[in-house]
Amino acid sequence: MSRYFVDRISRRLALCFGTVAFLILIFIAVFILKGSLPALGEIGVADILFSTEWYPSHGAFGIFTMFAGSVVVTILALAIAVPLAVGCAIFLAEVAPCRIGNMARPAIELLVGIPSVVYGLVGMIVLCPAIAHLSGTGSGSSVLAAAIVLAIMVLPTITSISEDSLRAVPTLYKEGALALGATHWQAVYHVLLPAARRGIVAAVVLGTGRAIGETMAMVMVIGNSPILPTSIFAPARTLTGNIASEIGAATGMHESTLFVTGLVLFVLIMAINSVGLLLNRRKK
Amino acid sequence: MYLKINRKKVSVFMTGCVLLAVLALGGCSQGASGTIAIGGSSTVQPLAEKWGKAFEAKNPDVKITVQGGGSSAGVKGCAEGIFDIGAASREMKSSEADQWPELVAIHVAVDGVAIVINPASNSVTGMTLEEVRDIFASGSNATWTVINREEGSGTREVFEEKVMSDTKVAPNAEFLPSNGAVKQKVAATANAIGYISLGYVDSSVKALSIGGVACNEVNCAEGSYPVTRYLNFITKGAPDGLSKEFIDFCLGSEGQKIVGEEDYISIA
Repeated sequence: MSRYFVDRISRRLALCFGTVAFLILIFIAVFILKGSLPALGEIGVADILFSTEWYPSHGAFGIFTMFAGSVVVTILALAIAVPLAVGCAIFLAEVAPCRIGNMARPAIELLVGIPSVVYGLVGMIVLCPAIAHLSGTGSGSSVLAAAIVLAIMVLPTITSISEDSLRAVPTLYKEGALALGATHWQAVYHVLLPAARRGIVAAVVLGTGRAIGETMAMVMVIGNSPILPTSIFAPARTLTGNIASEIGAATGMHESTLFVTGLVLFVLIMAINSVGLLLNRRKK
Repeated sequence: MYLKINRKKVSVFMTGCVLLAVLALGGCSQGASGTIAIGGSSTVQPLAEKWGKAFEAKNPDVKITVQGGGSSAGVKGCAEGIFDIGAASREMKSSEADQWPELVAIHVAVDGVAIVINPASNSVTGMTLEEVRDIFASGSNATWTVINREEGSGTREVFEEKVMSDTKVAPNAEFLPSNGAVKQKVAATANAIGYISLGYVDSSVKALSIGGVACNEVNCAEGSYPVTRYLNFITKGAPDGLSKEFIDFCLGSEGQKIVGEEDYISIA
């Protein structure tokens, strides 16, 4: 009898925990929405979302520059990280001898554990001066510096999930391809990669989410100028950086627009995750 | 059964300990004790830390913590009870006084805002206020990399009021979160120009003279240097208890001597 009792209790408990997780999500959504309402009502959705002028002390609250900043930096970072990460995953899953793979894998996974402020610091001290030298003007705090730092930060996430999905492809597929006379590379490119596509897409979506949400390292290397990212050598500002650097001092309408910034981030992340789910579902 | 007895014993023992601790604490309550949380302006931070250390040395039972975050964060944090004393490198704004009428600001020192440039790459030693304003208004370009402070910085408020008048700093300037960050950036970047508290100026950056008046303690004290301000401690209501003791110490001869040692200007 007690066996069934435990079973029933644990099922209820699991239900409770599941509900709590869901409630937390609802709570956060309501909290952000409530904080945003004063600004959305008084300034107007369009004037916040599409204005490029951010000057809170003079009553200008446009966050379009930061939206553009976040999107551009993330796209650039993925453009750098995805080829590297997928290449790395192919190497680990297919090419690397066991011993090298066993050394490289923990090293790559260790990259996830490095606090983002450390990435920011390295970017600030090493990368920014190098970029300043390269571009010949400015301090090096730039879209490019942010994209490179971000690429390194999402690299391990994309690599390890891609590697897992490459390894999850049944050996039969590869053996079949090889038996038909395909070379190793042909088997990887034409059989393994398409078969692992879903996992790789999931990896990229996860990486995108992490990239959009990254804050500290971005604040440290991007310069935080609220201008449109028109050049990779010019500074810009991200949505996350806008909240982080101003919330401590913000009151009233200014504080409320920072909540709107959070709302935009929230919607953006949800959109990315939905796209990921959709892509996942279609190719079944 | 065995477990139960043990637990009881432990809990009796713990209760005894707690009681003893409470008695002990109560017994030695003469002399100042407790904690003071100070936070806000990064300009006031080094000074507040030195004051805190000196005060702790005289009152071993007192613990003083000092955080940065910017002047506006200091005012807001004090109003919301996060800090016992908020630090601001500017006067309270009328909007803040309206929102939190209970806040009281006390002048604790005077400071100058130095316009600083990279010393290695630039031979300029002085400018007029108008020249500084024009550079900050036109923003970063081939000649200058302009470094601004984040929204909520007291130093920025003072700079905007006394240097920029009604002109805005161009948005393509970099925005950095503290005096220390600006100093580091200006020191590391050729052609950079920024502004920091006089207390932060050292040989890694060059402080410009403004209209022929050098930026130093003497000129700030007598007011011939144009960009100076009071540093403030903000409390909720008139300071009392430990906070009052601490602020009195800062304003006293010992506290004001520390002001001079840290390259700020003591209040007359």
